Amino acid sequence: MQDLAQQVVSGLATGSIYASMALALVLIYRSMGVINFAQGEMAMVTTFIAWQLTQIGVPIWIAFALTLAAAFAGAVALEWIVIRPVERAAPLTVVIVTLGLFITFNGIAGWVWGYVVKPFPTPFPLTPLNIAGIFINSQDLGIIAVSLAALGAISLLFQKTKLGLAMRAAALYPEESRALGIRVSRMLALGWGLAAVMGAICGVMVAPIVFLDPNMMQGILVYAFAAAVLGGIESPVGAVVGGLTLGVLVNLLGTYVTAIGTDLRLTVAFAIIVAVLVFRPSGLFGRAKLQRV
Amino acid sequence: MSGSNTRRLVALAFAVLVLAALPRFVPSFVIYQLTFVGAYAIAILGLILLTGMSGQISLGHGAFVAVGGYVAAMLVQSTGVGYVAAIPLAALVCGLFGLALGFVALRLEGIYLALATFALAVAVPPTFKHFKAWTGGVQGISLPPFAAPAALRGIISGDQWLYLITWCLVGGLLLVTSFALRGRLGRSLRALRDHPIAAVSFGVDPTFHKTLAFAWSAAYAGVAGTLLAFATAYVSPDAYGFALSLTLLAGAVLGGLDTLYGALAGGIVVEFLPFWAQKINPAAPSVVYGIALVLVMVFMPVGIAGAALRFRRRHAL
Amino acid sequence: MNRSGFRFTGFVAGAIVLALTVGAAAPAAADDPGVSATTILLGGTHPYSGPASAYASIGKGAIAYFAYVNDNGGVNGRKIEYKDLDDGYSPPQSVQLTRQLVDQDHIFAMFNQLGTPVNVATRPYLNQNQVPDVYLATGATMWGTDSDKFPWTIGWQPDYQSESIVYARYLLKEHPRAKIGVLYQNDDYGADYLAGLKKGLGARADLLVKAVSYEVTDPDVTSQIANLKASGADTFFIFATPKFAAQALIAAGGQSWHPQIFLNNVSASQTVLDAAVKAAGIGAVDGVITTQYYKDPADSSWANDAGMQLYKRVMAKYLPAADVKDNEYMYGMAAAFTMVDALKQSGKNLTRQGFMNVVTHLHETNNPFLIPGITIATSPTDRFPIRQERLAKYDAQAGHFVGFGSVINARS
Repeated sequence: MQDLAQQVVSGLATGSIYASMALALVLIYRSMGVINFAQGEMAMVTTFIAWQLTQIGVPIWIAFALTLAAAFAGAVALEWIVIRPVERAAPLTVVIVTLGLFITFNGIAGWVWGYVVKPFPTPFPLTPLNIAGIFINSQDLGIIAVSLAALGAISLLFQKTKLGLAMRAAALYPEESRALGIRVSRMLALGWGLAAVMGAICGVMVAPIVFLDPNMMQGILVYAFAAAVLGGIESPVGAVVGGLTLGVLVNLLGTYVTAIGTDLRLTVAFAIIVAVLVFRPSGLFGRAKLQRV
Repeated sequence: MSGSNTRRLVALAFAVLVLAALPRFVPSFVIYQLTFVGAYAIAILGLILLTGMSGQISLGHGAFVAVGGYVAAMLVQSTGVGYVAAIPLAALVCGLFGLALGFVALRLEGIYLALATFALAVAVPPTFKHFKAWTGGVQGISLPPFAAPAALRGIISGDQWLYLITWCLVGGLLLVTSFALRGRLGRSLRALRDHPIAAVSFGVDPTFHKTLAFAWSAAYAGVAGTLLAFATAYVSPDAYGFALSLTLLAGAVLGGLDTLYGALAGGIVVEFLPFWAQKINPAAPSVVYGIALVLVMVFMPVGIAGAALRFRRRHAL
Repeated sequence: MNRSGFRFTGFVAGAIVLALTVGAAAPAAADDPGVSATTILLGGTHPYSGPASAYASIGKGAIAYFAYVNDNGGVNGRKIEYKDLDDGYSPPQSVQLTRQLVDQDHIFAMFNQLGTPVNVATRPYLNQNQVPDVYLATGATMWGTDSDKFPWTIGWQPDYQSESIVYARYLLKEHPRAKIGVLYQNDDYGADYLAGLKKGLGARADLLVKAVSYEVTDPDVTSQIANLKASGADTFFIFATPKFAAQALIAAGGQSWHPQIFLNNVSASQTVLDAAVKAAGIGAVDGVITTQYYKDPADSSWANDAGMQLYKRVMAKYLPAADVKDNEYMYGMAAAFTMVDALKQSGKNLTRQGFMNVVTHLHETNNPFLIPGITIATSPTDRFPIRQERLAKYDAQAGHFVGFGSVINARS
């Protein structure tokens, strides 16, 4: 019984990693209507920037703050240079551009920092917590806490502020929003910037566990997509719930269903994505979309 | 036969002769690389069909290539089926697999389809590793080198024979696809791509056409996978990860999604771009690759072949 | 298509042919390719891009050592040129690059090609064309056992199965009632180690109670560790690459599981152990056992050793910006030393056959990068250049591995 509980708790811990990246993906989708395949790589590059800052002696919290600022600024610049020209193009064009960014960022990180795996500093205490024989890292608890806080902030932004309303409108009805005086391009850039900040937070929280290297986000990205789809690609709450659920589900299936074992986890993630998209595309928490004829 | 048709056939015959004669003049490893170009071109032709003509984004084309490669390798190794006979068999299996996926894809579009096919691409290597008894697991399957049939053995090498078969297939499949898309089928696919709701109200059956596109493109990917497996003489799960699907899509886009010639341009790009990128920046060829992709999408979204065609049309060449 | 279109097509076709042929050099008339009066041309592929690129340091280390040798007299009056290409760890890419190196560049020999699937794909071609394919950068056992089918191919490092067998024998002697749990990477590398362990346990294979794998796409291995802990194992084998080995040590420590840990050599670097100590405390790593055959540059106890100082000099001169503590550079240099040794012994009249003869009758005792007592020894019937390893235990107080026992011949 304790083993089961440990697997669940470990699943929640891993799931929180997926949840934080899924939040970034949902943010982008809510504010731009696109799926950003480069989200993971952008997060990875910003994490390297944070690492570089700590290496030259900048104290951890200041390094994190600088990184978040750099992430926001860099993302806005990127949006202006690369995404804006293809904003109104077909979905395929945008997908290809984000994939091109994926390749580019991975290459740049490898070029500048190399591929040797590096440990990443963390402000959290290192001793694990032992709750009734079940172990969890304070780092993992930190990720859960930060994800929930980010979720709260994002929900607040979208539901309760004028700015959030403007962002949502700009994403769903760009032409009408422009007519109403909303600076659509600016909203999109803002959405992109915030998503990059979320990604940077995810990267910095996750790097102490998965270690820092240019390929650190790739495995996580797939699971993050599965989590976002499971929870509903438009729902921040769904992203977090989806991530945690996915983490637990994958652990339990991998441990107790020997036919699946640990090597078919990605296949399971794929099956989940497909099943959800086919049977309930809006996910657990999304709203069904109606298509206007 | 009209004048332009005759000219077209003459041009085609000329191209065939050039390709067939190349092994005499060109080093054997260039022939070997050209075999890869041809195989990639076939895969990309399938992708152009699916994503370009039928409008269904696929980030998982590499999965079909993988299935084709493995089916061919398993057939050759376990059942003694000849190399050449394995090609249509692998294509058939892939086509069925594509058909099944096509039904699933019916309910998805745009970004969601991209996501689902992305997940497919990622899930393929672990699945192949898992079914060890069939696929050789992590060790993969080694194949004996491709050999020319007994009658020709003194005249051409196994490499040259594979090269010839590959390019015959490229030419043949280009012709077949071009013919098939010429009439109603092509119009229906394009209508469904550009104005799905109007097309359906005009009586175009989306189920038939969309699943057909998936099956068809998968079959081509299967052929390509078989040829790649024979050229490498080895299949292993990690060779077929997401990177392959990404590369094929990049090749299709850079080559040009709107025209079947994009497959040829795409094949050349996929095979030689990493090589050229290494010359520009030996430390990070992928940076060159990624930037090229972004620049092309922003400035030349019709791709190389598309731009070449436009150039020709505009300047009445 | 009108006449102009026809011309256009012909022009394009001609341009393509021209472009392709221009790149191709005329075939050299030399009897033994790659050898000129002044140079020896070697070829290789390493993953300079893609997921396995951490191993690119091996190629770089070898290149640095060759540069050092060139600046200090070369090999029998010739300089070594090592054309090392990026194959992204992809067999189709490696096969093409290999053919290019042999057919177009006319290399003398293929040196230190990296990766098991890569080498499985390229060795048929190399052997068919009688190109020496030596000192592969992979520990798969098959290079040594397949020599009758592929006589031109030979490995270098102690093979994975031998390493596992060393651990198994030690375990059977010291803890014959151990309950073993294994974490292994789900690829040829991990599978080879596991196979070796089972072989080494022989009749007592029942001691293995649980073997769990992980994929390189997994973010962490906490679930696998929890699973292994739950199986009641008191001995834990980690057959993983460095990042996952660190995670495994941390997770085990973090879940308060303290079995006797055996860590495979590839991941037993100071960097991994330091990371584990930092995250999970000394208790997580004290007493970890591994085998060693080359000197770890991150281990300060080698600071005054002549071989280590040579390594640092070479790194400082030829790879000044590199992370000296990355042990892959050391691995590359050590293999390059053996290559230079074999080339020197092949004499001024350098032929492929003669070179392979030297390679299969080599006895090298002075490799400065290997642990004292470890030698390179081959014979036509013994195609494992390095068979010796030394067990080492991590001393948490001292902060590094300490060798114990004598050098063991793993394949006896």
